[in-house]
Amino acid sequence: NTVAHIQNNVPASTLNLSQFNQDQVNQLIQQLQQHIRFILLQNRQGKTRLAKYYVPLEESEKHKVEYEVHRLVVNRDSKFTNFVEFRTHKVIYRRYAGLFFSLCVDITDNELAYLECIHLFVEILDHFFSNVCELDLVFNFHKVYLILDEFILAGELQETSKRAIIERMSELEKLE
Amino acid sequence: MNSIFSGTRLRDMIRSIRACKTAAEERGVVRKECADIRASINENDPHDRHRNLAKLMFIHMLGYPTHFGQMECLKLIASPGFPEKRIGYLGLMLLLDERQEVLMLVTNSLKQDLNHTNQYVVGLALCALGNICSAEMARDLAPEVERLIQFRDPNIRKKAALCSTRIVRKVPDLAENFINAASSLLKEKHHGVLITGVQLCYELCTINDEALEYFRKKCTEGLIKTLKDITNSAYQPEYDVAGITDPFLHIRLLKLLRVLGHGDADASDLMTDILAQVATKTESNKNAGNAVLYECVETIMAIEDTSSLRVLAINILGRFLSNRDNNIRYVALNMLMKAIAFDDQAVQRHRVTILECVKDPDASIRKRALELVSLLVNENNVKQLTKELIDYLEISDEDFKEDLSAKICSIVEKFSLEKIWYIDQMLKVLSEAGKFVKDDVWHALIVVISNASELHGYTVRALYKAVLTYSEQETLVRVAIWCIGEYGDLLVNNVGMLGIEDPITVTESDAVDVVEDAITRHNSDMTTKAMALVALLKLSSRFPSISERIKDTIVKQKGSLLLEMQQRAIEFNSIVDRHKNIRSSLVERMPVLDEATFNVRRAGSLPASVSTMAKPSVSIPNGVAAAPLVDLLDLGSDDIMAAPSSSGADFLQDLLGVDLGSSSVQSGATPGPKAGADLLMDILSIGTPSPAQNNTSSVDLLSTAGINNNPSNALDTLSSPALPHIATTASAGGMFDLLDGLTPSPSKEATNGPAYPPIVAYESSTLKIEFTFSKSSGNPQETNVQATFINLSPNTFTYFIFQAAVPKFLQLHLDPASSNTLPASGNITQNLRVTNSQHGKKSLVMRMRIGYKVNGKDVLEEGQINNFPRGL
Repeated sequence: NTVAHIQNNVPASTLNLSQFNQDQVNQLIQQLQQHIRFILLQNRQGKTRLAKYYVPLEESEKHKVEYEVHRLVVNRDSKFTNFVEFRTHKVIYRRYAGLFFSLCVDITDNELAYLECIHLFVEILDHFFSNVCELDLVFNFHKVYLILDEFILAGELQETSKRAIIERMSELEKLE
Repeated sequence: MNSIFSGTRLRDMIRSIRACKTAAEERGVVRKECADIRASINENDPHDRHRNLAKLMFIHMLGYPTHFGQMECLKLIASPGFPEKRIGYLGLMLLLDERQEVLMLVTNSLKQDLNHTNQYVVGLALCALGNICSAEMARDLAPEVERLIQFRDPNIRKKAALCSTRIVRKVPDLAENFINAASSLLKEKHHGVLITGVQLCYELCTINDEALEYFRKKCTEGLIKTLKDITNSAYQPEYDVAGITDPFLHIRLLKLLRVLGHGDADASDLMTDILAQVATKTESNKNAGNAVLYECVETIMAIEDTSSLRVLAINILGRFLSNRDNNIRYVALNMLMKAIAFDDQAVQRHRVTILECVKDPDASIRKRALELVSLLVNENNVKQLTKELIDYLEISDEDFKEDLSAKICSIVEKFSLEKIWYIDQMLKVLSEAGKFVKDDVWHALIVVISNASELHGYTVRALYKAVLTYSEQETLVRVAIWCIGEYGDLLVNNVGMLGIEDPITVTESDAVDVVEDAITRHNSDMTTKAMALVALLKLSSRFPSISERIKDTIVKQKGSLLLEMQQRAIEFNSIVDRHKNIRSSLVERMPVLDEATFNVRRAGSLPASVSTMAKPSVSIPNGVAAAPLVDLLDLGSDDIMAAPSSSGADFLQDLLGVDLGSSSVQSGATPGPKAGADLLMDILSIGTPSPAQNNTSSVDLLSTAGINNNPSNALDTLSSPALPHIATTASAGGMFDLLDGLTPSPSKEATNGPAYPPIVAYESSTLKIEFTFSKSSGNPQETNVQATFINLSPNTFTYFIFQAAVPKFLQLHLDPASSNTLPASGNITQNLRVTNSQHGKKSLVMRMRIGYKVNGKDVLEEGQINNFPRGL
């Protein structure tokens, strides 16, 4: 039962891949992988302030996803878990003032780790903009994307040191 | 950066968009901006390019189309300066994705930039590639990326490593090329490079067996040491999170160790100590610590058996489960599902806590807990757990009822200890959450009820009581009216009382009230109404004293806006009115439904049956005579024609709607030299000489609707204006013919051969066939048919051949045609002689095939003729 294997996160090596053709194998492997599918930063009204997709989606699909994720997280009680199941995946979200940071990950992935990840990203933004507020993110959206690109790449964590990222950003700013 | 946007035009635009009070106003501003940007793009001024693109990105984020800016990204990427490239790549990642053709144009620029002398430019290219590369780009650029993994600057190394993970995800065959480079990264001290290196190794291990073996052999010890070092490291402010040094790196390392230890006892053995250390020493009062513990537990459970560690892991989960933080409880539930596999007892101990979680206000926790509970169910606790869940079903949120009821149903079905228990539980679920119950579930319930003959009376009474209270639960109503239709007599006469029942008094009219209520309620759907109509027909025979009232109700449905209902009402009315002598046998109780067949069909493992289901032959998902009637003349099927010389048995099988492929046994039993009336009885499931066939057809009825998600699908297809519709009306006429033929009074058309009107037997855009009839003198069974073939096209048909097939009760003799060439607008004739051995009982039916060549091409036309005049 392939699906069960995938959901139990058994490595591909234990699957009998010979019965599938190459496309199917690739598809299976892509399902097997655990990485961030997309990152959303939305305000309470549902306006998207940042949307980064690590999987190819149609534009219309992206808008739908953004709408749905907002609907899912916006009315949740603060005492509830920071995890909501979203289609076949899972959204890990955290609210900071009026902003929701949401990560979509595999259903079997380590939720707590991604929660920590969101917090680190917020700390970096806070440090970079010194006391970040929504307006900073609106007017400097391109910088937010650049910071994110130094933090996460290909849906994976690239750097865990806040200082390293801030330093890298100031190096890059000098080149402008 | 500021210099790029110094014109503050980007800021101005954002301000003016933010100042908009209405969506319409915003659209206006955006439209104007887009127009300006388009104009500016057309002027092709390189100075405005990056500003335009930045604006476009913002507009894109608001959800407006920006595809016209895609080429600008490519131009910016191709420009020499870093600031331009930077904004170009950013635009590329936002406005394009891997599926766009435009992306292929950028491969060359990417290749150049990956080899650029400025390492910041290399960084940009790696980042873009890592985020959006397609399989094709991955193949083209893999060598560059592999080389960059060894680059001197750590910022490039870590980007190249993650870029490689994307490449091997896209093209797993490339994995081998990265094994060496990846293993070199594991020796890094730089956390960023190390974590990306570990990630790349993990990816390679999941994709490639060779890689897994390689890393297992060469790197397990090194990774364990690295984990030890960071676990025991002194306070490092840069990486410290809540007292733990770099929890992210911890987690990545544990994850990689999990893959290496899984299925390998030696590697698992090596990591036992460090896992025990992490499991016992990690602080668990903050999220970061719990994240590490969580990952550690998962690794412990995945590697080869080290039972002492597993005890540790289960204890951690127990602690998690009693944590006040909902997040922690959530992950505990998640992990306990995996723990069940090797320590069911330990998980069972937490059953009470887990059941509490099913009732949590947080939907995420509820869902997990429900999954877990369903895994915990066994023979010993099923009754208690089901009771708890059903009790909760009564008070749960509406939006949770669907999941909950589905789970309860699957538990109850899986562990149905006794039929009465199963029926009781299902009735409770249907009463509380009937509108959420899937079709296959209530179909299965009907099959079980049908098989539990000793419980028929009990069930129908229980359903009657339930439906009075919960009349808004659609599926409950359906099951109830089905049972009342079948077992209505048991309901009113209190037959088969069980000791546990309180006697109730239900009059015949009370029972009809329930069914009538279902058919008249405006929000009942088509399936329910159709089932109610069938139930009424059955009751009209079961309750002769009030059959006039029932008839009135049926007659009212003649005015239904639903074609199917209208037609059935007319048919049923005719049965009640004119065919009293066969009514009681017609609406006899359904034969016991075959559970095994149903289950196989339900599992969808019979592909053959799926194809038969595609036919619109069965409509009302309730097994009564009316539905097979539709089958009876379902001539719409396109099975292969029998040649005129053949016996016509195939045709008859078609006629009966018997599946040729799978049911030779049944079809062997049905046709043949029996008298036509018997045959018809068979078909109508009256007289019950062949139960096998009855069973299959009734199961079909259930499973058809079961396969379709929408229960009224089958009905919809029937009432759609396409071919199925025609088939239906044709069959309706057919039914009356057949029934009329059955009436004891002989047919009106006597023997002395009145003139039969000619018919148009077939007409297409190119060919028309007319039949004229004459009776042979002396033999009323014999009819002479002259067929006239008229060519409607401007081309000549050559090698014209007409073939026909008839059921067994007919005999067909074909004379040679007047010619085998049919000129344009001309005609040829051919004589046929048909002998009807069931003369006066059955009408003629015929299936035909016409073949010819036109302009050297073979043409084949097929058709059925069921508009023969009566009495031939």
